[in-house]
Amino acid sequence: MNGFRAILVRDIRLSLRQAGGAGAALAFMLAFLVLIPLAIGPDQATLSLLAPGLLWISLLLAVLLTTDRMFQQDYEDGTLDLFNAVTLPLELNCLAKALTHWLTVGLPLALISPLLGVLLNLEASMIAPLMLAMVPGSLALSLLASIGGAVTAGLRRGGLLVPLLVLPLYVPVLIFGFSASSGEASSSSSSSAYLVLLAVTLIAFVVQPWASAAALRAYFQ
Amino acid sequence: MQVLANPHRFQIISRVVLPWLWSFTVVAFMLGLYLALGASPPDYQQGETVRIMYVHVPAAWMALFIYVVMALASAIALIFRHPLADAAAKTAAPLGAVFCFLALATGSIWGKPMWGTWWAWDARLTSMFVLMLLYLGYMAVWRAFDDPHRAAGLARVVALVGVINIPIVKFSVAWWNTLHQPASIIKMAGPAVDPSMLWPLLVMALAYTLLFLALHLTAIMTEIAARKTRARVLKSVGGT
Repeated sequence: MNGFRAILVRDIRLSLRQAGGAGAALAFMLAFLVLIPLAIGPDQATLSLLAPGLLWISLLLAVLLTTDRMFQQDYEDGTLDLFNAVTLPLELNCLAKALTHWLTVGLPLALISPLLGVLLNLEASMIAPLMLAMVPGSLALSLLASIGGAVTAGLRRGGLLVPLLVLPLYVPVLIFGFSASSGEASSSSSSSAYLVLLAVTLIAFVVQPWASAAALRAYFQ
Repeated sequence: MQVLANPHRFQIISRVVLPWLWSFTVVAFMLGLYLALGASPPDYQQGETVRIMYVHVPAAWMALFIYVVMALASAIALIFRHPLADAAAKTAAPLGAVFCFLALATGSIWGKPMWGTWWAWDARLTSMFVLMLLYLGYMAVWRAFDDPHRAAGLARVVALVGVINIPIVKFSVAWWNTLHQPASIIKMAGPAVDPSMLWPLLVMALAYTLLFLALHLTAIMTEIAARKTRARVLKSVGGT
């Protein structure tokens, strides 16, 4: 457990001190939000209607676009190889990578992006449910993205391969995340959607370490 | 399984089996198409367009079945490290993608006269669409890496994660669809299929399965031959 914590702390430090982490993801989100009214027109009612879905998509894209940071550097300079050689199981190392990504990109965006919804005329009553759904949702997004990140760790130009691999895995998160955050907080369908969203997150939690580690092992052979 | 696992023996047996398999496929298709397009009655509601069902439904079944084959082969490859299993998974993917596309395309052609639209975001259509993306992603992994061993190791993971994903997607789009639009025109009217239509459908399903088996065996043979060629070329230029 000590090794796990050490790696987690190291990775968080690294990504906080590097350019292109949460700050860049936030800037990306802002740029994305500016483009939306330009693309679909400035009508307030339309924007308000589309806001929750568009915020989910912007979160999803921000997570996806930062995936290559998870493994690529450590793979290229041999750090992953070294970590694989010591006692800490590769699975835990992969989990640490995904958690780092969530703590430095997913979680900050999940907390901030509902507030940015004001730009899209998001109803004030929607902000809290959206945030509540995006916190576990973004964890699932980071976990699933790390599978794609591990598969493409050694590809210098992963390019569109990561989105192609990861987007189909995002379908359940998007569906349940959206319906958990769109209904009234008290309605039974949105609260059960919230529970299923948590379940999907837990499944991602179970599958991710195994899948990412298996993918990285294919590189080490 | 163990006997067939030797690539050389596999080739010998396949060479014997393949001509028979192809002949059975042709016979099954001739019979199936005759029953489906000629002998079976038109539907009392849908008229002649119901005949699209006989090419559409088996294609959808095959698209799902082939993913299972691919995932099983990947699991065998992961557990037993057998190269033939990797070849089986690799060659199944394009076939599955084609059947998936066929199901989507014929469904779309059927949808136009029946539902009045080429495409609707119905639960089944959506999950089929996602399945297609999974196939494409799997194939892209094989193409992305020069080293076939590395590609094989990564493709196994992608196939197995995908097979976990499929039921979750299926369940979630069903939920999503019922939330957004109540079951409408899209549901086929529910009376059990009459034997006069069920039999042609089953024969067509058999024909599709035979076609897949024949194509798959041929593709695996091709894959083995390609590997041999590659090994020989590498040897001739002094590689390992």
